[in-house]
Amino acid sequence: MPLIENGRIGEDAWSFIPDGEPVPNDRPVIISFERWQAERDSFDGRNAKLGVRLKSGTLAGAIAADLDRFALVAVEFAKFRDGRGFSTARELRERYGYTGEIRAVGHVIPDQYLYLVRTGFSSVEAPEGTNPDSWANALTEVTIAFQPSLDDTAPLSLLRRKLKVG
Amino acid sequence: MSAKDRSKEGSMKAITANRLRDGEVVFLGEGGVWVESFAEAALFPRAEADGVLAPAKEKAEREQFAVDIYAFEVVEQDGVPVPATMRERIRTAGPTVRLDLGKQAA
Amino acid sequence: MNHIAPGARAGIYHYDEIDRQFVAERVEQFRKQVDRRLSGELTEEEFKPIRLMNGLYLQLHAYMLRIAVPYGVMSATQLRKLSAIGRRYDRGYGHFTTRQNLQYNWIKLEDTPAILHELAEVDMHALQTSGNCVRNVTTDPFVGAAKDEVVDGRVYAEILRQWTTMHPEFTYLPRKFKIAISGAESDRAAVRIHDVGLLARRNDKGEPGFSFYVGGGLGRSPFVGKLVREWVAQEDFVAYLEAILRVYNQYGRRDNIYKARIKILVHELGLEKFTQEVEEEFARLRGPKYRLDPEIVEGVRQHFAPPPFEELPDHSEALERAKAADPAFANWLAVNVAEHKAPGYAIATISLKPAGGIPGDATCDQMDLVADLAERYSFGELRVTHVQNLVLAHVKKDDLYDLWKRLDAAELGSANAGLIGDIIACPGLDYCALANARSIPLAQAISARFADPLRQRTIGELGIKISGCINACGHHHVGAIGILGVDKKGTEYYQITVGGDPTLTTAIGDILGPAVTETEAVDAIEAIVDVYLANRSDESERFIDTLKRVGHAPFKERIYAAD
Ligand code: HEM
Ligand code: SF4
Repeated sequence: MPLIENGRIGEDAWSFIPDGEPVPNDRPVIISFERWQAERDSFDGRNAKLGVRLKSGTLAGAIAADLDRFALVAVEFAKFRDGRGFSTARELRERYGYTGEIRAVGHVIPDQYLYLVRTGFSSVEAPEGTNPDSWANALTEVTIAFQPSLDDTAPLSLLRRKLKVG
Repeated sequence: MSAKDRSKEGSMKAITANRLRDGEVVFLGEGGVWVESFAEAALFPRAEADGVLAPAKEKAEREQFAVDIYAFEVVEQDGVPVPATMRERIRTAGPTVRLDLGKQAA
Repeated sequence: MNHIAPGARAGIYHYDEIDRQFVAERVEQFRKQVDRRLSGELTEEEFKPIRLMNGLYLQLHAYMLRIAVPYGVMSATQLRKLSAIGRRYDRGYGHFTTRQNLQYNWIKLEDTPAILHELAEVDMHALQTSGNCVRNVTTDPFVGAAKDEVVDGRVYAEILRQWTTMHPEFTYLPRKFKIAISGAESDRAAVRIHDVGLLARRNDKGEPGFSFYVGGGLGRSPFVGKLVREWVAQEDFVAYLEAILRVYNQYGRRDNIYKARIKILVHELGLEKFTQEVEEEFARLRGPKYRLDPEIVEGVRQHFAPPPFEELPDHSEALERAKAADPAFANWLAVNVAEHKAPGYAIATISLKPAGGIPGDATCDQMDLVADLAERYSFGELRVTHVQNLVLAHVKKDDLYDLWKRLDAAELGSANAGLIGDIIACPGLDYCALANARSIPLAQAISARFADPLRQRTIGELGIKISGCINACGHHHVGAIGILGVDKKGTEYYQITVGGDPTLTTAIGDILGPAVTETEAVDAIEAIVDVYLANRSDESERFIDTLKRVGHAPFKERIYAAD
């Protein structure tokens, strides 16, 4: 599936390993949070990067204590209308100080991309056949924001600033 | 609805939707053409309506023509087919409180 | 864009270039989204939340567009634009709603970008008037004018309007989220039936702060908002709300839309646990990033500086003369005019409830007239109330008679604010895709039955509120008399409740008995009124007070005795 990063289709170095399949030791992989809970000891001493995928109902607090073990947290959107993931990312960044990659997976639409970036997501796994222009536009069509968030421009105030592209 | 009407309820069905680009209430007419007036709507025996609805819905959605596509009951009153429910009667005519608006005004 | 300056003295938030750029960008964004929908790139499922966030619903006959009137205050220029849009793209009228907004009923999807573009010319939009986001924040329609005002709610409503606009985290909440603010001693904003209700007050140092009520709401399961925190200081105002929204976004139910409002979360978690979650989140949000600086508040407050009131004596000779000469005017004055904080001024309610009329509807001609009158008599500004009326907040007492004569000539002079003719009714089955029964015809029949202004005044304060289904857009739960439309095997029936109260003593009404037909409902209302008049201790005892004292029995007996 195409990976969207910085408004463009990017290279995906990661692969998701379904539960029950052997986990390769020589390349970056994402495992499910459930597998992590069940088999965490088996990852002791692993050198290649590890990522974890949270179901949409799994909140940031569940993984908080283990965040230093993961270079990537994938946050699932069961339906694009289910906005819990926005809070999950924000909590990961602001409350738990996570600095690794946060990736949106599942059902998200380009119209949500700016919101994803502003709540702390680094990348998005988009559906096959997605229109890349819609993702690129999503970051530039609105250049004003009325609240502080996690993208990298300094807030003018609690209430208003221009986004960096403006 | 009176009891007399209710005895005939469900004898026929018509298929309706709202046109995507302007929201206008439309009905499936003869030959699969969508029409704006209920008088031109095709009526289907109850048992056949679902079989007509599914492909009509699929086609109208694929072509971005209409949304909210469904079948509704039609009964006969004084020899004329009318929608069985108040809701559908209002959709085919217009608001009862503004007789100057909607299809009834045309 | 062809920008038209709103009247400089109107008590609205005046846009600057950044605000305008934002709205213009959103219009362009929606234009592209509509194109993507029409081309099939977006499915209806994906497009629906997007159009809802732009105020566009699909109703029975066409699309309905809901225009945001921030906290219900607008300028005459803006109202004229609403009228122009109603003529050009709709059918020559608009509907003012209990959410203090305006709705058009006959809109085409393909016209919507052009309509939004026209709205942007007068610094208006339809953003966040629907969808599962934080909706237009409402406040007291007498804000900035009422004699009993302690804190100007517009300032904080505007801060929230900005802060919630396109909020990246809170735009896909479990369900819609409605906030109301009241800054006066009497609550004219129904704060305790909102998801978050705020009572703005001052401490003994005179500093503003807020009591937070959470989890009020009507609909299928009505709840009265519960006090979560007695005092939140101004600097924590936004942070505390952010904490509430984050708890709700994470824990609110998403499996059942009837259980998705925050009221259910508060109810299921329990007030104590809910409060604890909020406080925990809040404790971490107290850093500088989320502090509401006094400079920001002051900056916003400047938009709402009082208009240049003249120094006037409080007593108006002209008014007294008119009152003595014209009993119909004297009646309107007694019923529709409230006290103003500036001497010599008054607050006038323009009733959109003529006897037999459609509550809340105004023709474009009427809108143009009200815009003219607002310019002539009230600094170019007007308000929309949550009982679907309009208000000119700053009228000189000397001008009241002229104002009323002009209103009366346009069927806008009904003297019924707060009385039995001042009925709230949702659009019901005449327009609404979710309705079970019609609301408007019943409202028309009741207001026609009680058309006599003197009879209405004899009856006194008595709010009738009608909803066409359990979603309760017509606030029937909090009507002194509430009416809910239900469908019984294809026939419209109406269930009557009594004893509801939307003010600070919030109460949900009780069902009086089995549902009745439309004709029976009108007779039943009259019977209820007769029982009240026969039982009240004196003329000052309001309907709900008599009801509390004598109970339901005499009312039930009278209505259902014949069965
Ligand atoms: C005509 C199209 C409308 C639709 C489809 C609609 C839909 C709904 C729904 C589904 C609810 C229940 C929400 C819930 O409990 O989760 C609701 C509540 C509400 N609506 Fe509407 N509504 C419409 C029109 C209006 C109008 C015209 C008004 C104002 C007159 C209005 C004011 C309200 C209010 C005040 C509530 C609050 C009750 C609460 O807080 O639960 N709505 N609406
Ligand atoms: S109460 Fe029901 S019928 Fe009335 S507007 Fe709301 S959803 Fe429609």
